[in-house]
Amino acid sequence: MDQEHSKSSIVEIKNFSFFYGESQTLYDINLSIQEKCVTALIGPSGCGKSTLIRSINRMNDLVEEARHQGEILFQGDNIYHPNMEVISLRKRIGMVFQKYNPFPKSIYENVIFGLRVAGIRDSKILEETVEKSLKGAALWDEVKDRLHESAFSLSGGQMQRLCIARAIANEPEVILMDEPCSALDPIATAKVEDLLHELSKKYTIVIVTHNMQQAGRVSNYTAFLFMGKLIEFGSTSDLFTTPREKKTEEYITGRFG
Amino acid sequence: MKFSLRKTYGEPFVWLTATGLALGLIMVVGLVGLIMVKGMESFWPKRVLEIVLKNSEQPLLGQIVLKRDQSGFKDKKEWQIFLGNRDRLGEGFRFIQEDKISRLSQPLDIVVIERREYGPALGRFLKLELAQNRVLKVGDQDFYKTLNQELDIVSNQWDEIRDLEKNQIGDINAKIQKLIEKKKGLERKKYSSISKKIKVIDDKIHKLNETYNALAATASNLRQLSSQNKLVYQIFNGEEVGLALGQIISYYRPNQMGLFSRTFKFCTHLFNFLLTEPREANTEGGIFPALFGTMIMTILMSAMVTPFGVIAAIYLREYAKQGFFVRLVRISVNNLAGVPSVIFGVFGLGFFVYFLGGSLDQLFFSNRFPTPTFGTGGLLWASLTLALLTLPVVIVASEEALAAVPRGAREAALACGASKWQMIQRIVLPAALPGVLTGLILAMARGAGEVAPLMLVGVVKLAPTLPLNMTYPFIHLDQKFMHLGFHIYDLGFQSPDSDAAKPMIYATALLMIILVLALNLGAIAIREHLRRKYGSGAF
Repeated sequence: MDQEHSKSSIVEIKNFSFFYGESQTLYDINLSIQEKCVTALIGPSGCGKSTLIRSINRMNDLVEEARHQGEILFQGDNIYHPNMEVISLRKRIGMVFQKYNPFPKSIYENVIFGLRVAGIRDSKILEETVEKSLKGAALWDEVKDRLHESAFSLSGGQMQRLCIARAIANEPEVILMDEPCSALDPIATAKVEDLLHELSKKYTIVIVTHNMQQAGRVSNYTAFLFMGKLIEFGSTSDLFTTPREKKTEEYITGRFG
Repeated sequence: MKFSLRKTYGEPFVWLTATGLALGLIMVVGLVGLIMVKGMESFWPKRVLEIVLKNSEQPLLGQIVLKRDQSGFKDKKEWQIFLGNRDRLGEGFRFIQEDKISRLSQPLDIVVIERREYGPALGRFLKLELAQNRVLKVGDQDFYKTLNQELDIVSNQWDEIRDLEKNQIGDINAKIQKLIEKKKGLERKKYSSISKKIKVIDDKIHKLNETYNALAATASNLRQLSSQNKLVYQIFNGEEVGLALGQIISYYRPNQMGLFSRTFKFCTHLFNFLLTEPREANTEGGIFPALFGTMIMTILMSAMVTPFGVIAAIYLREYAKQGFFVRLVRISVNNLAGVPSVIFGVFGLGFFVYFLGGSLDQLFFSNRFPTPTFGTGGLLWASLTLALLTLPVVIVASEEALAAVPRGAREAALACGASKWQMIQRIVLPAALPGVLTGLILAMARGAGEVAPLMLVGVVKLAPTLPLNMTYPFIHLDQKFMHLGFHIYDLGFQSPDSDAAKPMIYATALLMIILVLALNLGAIAIREHLRRKYGSGAF
């Protein structure tokens, strides 16, 4: 709906609808995501914000009987075009999940998983990537002495930051975060939020969150979804202080949701 | 109190379920216990009783095998007595009625002689007849010393004979066989210098035959040597029996033995059972070839069924579009597990042995005709047949294990830019491996215990050599082999003296259970290791 920043937009969602079998979860979404900004998707449970974010890197391909209409442009290319290589797309659009999900491997192997599957063997590159990514995820100082220990020896917050490091090891342009803090305690959440700030200097970030304070703290833009429809989209400060829609106001003031 | 049942509604079901479990446990413990007691008992050196019956002067010598009610009488018992001396008496066992016994004793001088033929002999030593008409009576000072010395010598001679016949002569036979094949191959071709080549081969064969004859002569010489000296003993009916020392494996005097020496004898019997070859139509001696054959076959089967099953499961679960057809395949696979095993045996015989084996023979081993090489039952075909039989178990377990890998793990891999195959290979399979191994454990337990299909595709009563030996190419997949399960069947139902074979049956059954247990424990150990490696967290 709000198309005013389209000049520097990196992902553009156009008339996008989504169906799981017979049931429609997204209705005609139009949204453009600005480069090197944090865009928050908020809304009550089941409003389709996870479906939307998972459509951006085609994670919904895994779901059988999933179907869509409309298009999502990533730097001008329709990601659902048959010629789109989904593997390279996912390398350019990284993702961090709600529940931290490191692989049952060492910390080191977790970070370079993306490079391993890309067939990169040069140990110098791998080591540099590990250090750079872990530093980027503000985890380096905590784990630099035990890179070859199992990732499961980390705490929850550390594991989530490891997942962020794993995502940025691929040097993506966009990082999608699906409620990255919902399984974390407040201290770990604060750390991840600080990190988001740093990351937004280099990457475009789309974050789904339940927590409106968090959206207010970390994001530049906020989209409010309700019942599969985009109700309002705008800069975070505007949306939280002077919402245009009644529904938005009701939601952010806590009257429902 | 009246309403207390209402409060604990469902309490009876706790009891019901517990009873179900208890019944199951009792049956398992009872079965294993029976097999264990009976199996172990057969190695224990029992005392020999001298039994004087009321109506006869002549005392019997024997070991009690079992006591039971006389048929028709509740209060009258009869004993089954093992008399030994099957060569002299014609029967090894006799029933006596308890009330006819007038006196029992355990004379110290009774000997049990374990012989190479006819089972043990029970009796009393009389004398030792040595070379140059030297005779030692049992009372003589160095009777036992000389006897033991002579037995040592004889046992070395037998080891030598065994080595000659099994290894050296076997080697030469293999070489001659090879040359004959080569000759046959040459005879089929037609070119000028052929007769010369054939002559060279003939010469070689001739030379080998000479060596063969020499070795055979040495062996028969040794045999004669080993039967020069004689031991004379008396059995209970007064008959004096002379026995060549070469026929004696060992002797012991059970009524003189204390707990310690009996335990030692027990262990010797046990080791002999485990590590030697069977004798006397399998009713005596050990079962090593059967144990070895079972193990090799089970391992080969596992090695074949696991990759097949896992690959099939990956396609079914990960790639195939879930729909009617896949459901149909899944149901068919599940039902395959219920097909009687003998049908797999028939299939194995028809497809593997006759079709595949026959074709292999046509292509590669035509020089050996009319002797089939792979066109007859053998280790390879038996393993393949059992692999087919256990395939459903592995597929079902693997599929379940794959399905249990959480979506988070898959998504994480894909989000890092992994292709579907990379995701399966690097993340899903390692995480599913413990579950796959559970399937393999079930498969091994089923496969190792199968007998019926094996009878059709390669198991024999007595295999002359092990399928894994020192003759090139060391593992002989085409060879027939022995199997514990078939051994049990053979001992119990095909042996000439099933009473004599009974202890062996129990012992073999026990060993079979232990073997399956050991294989399972091995797989469980690997599984636990993998679980530790790949487990916990999001998985």
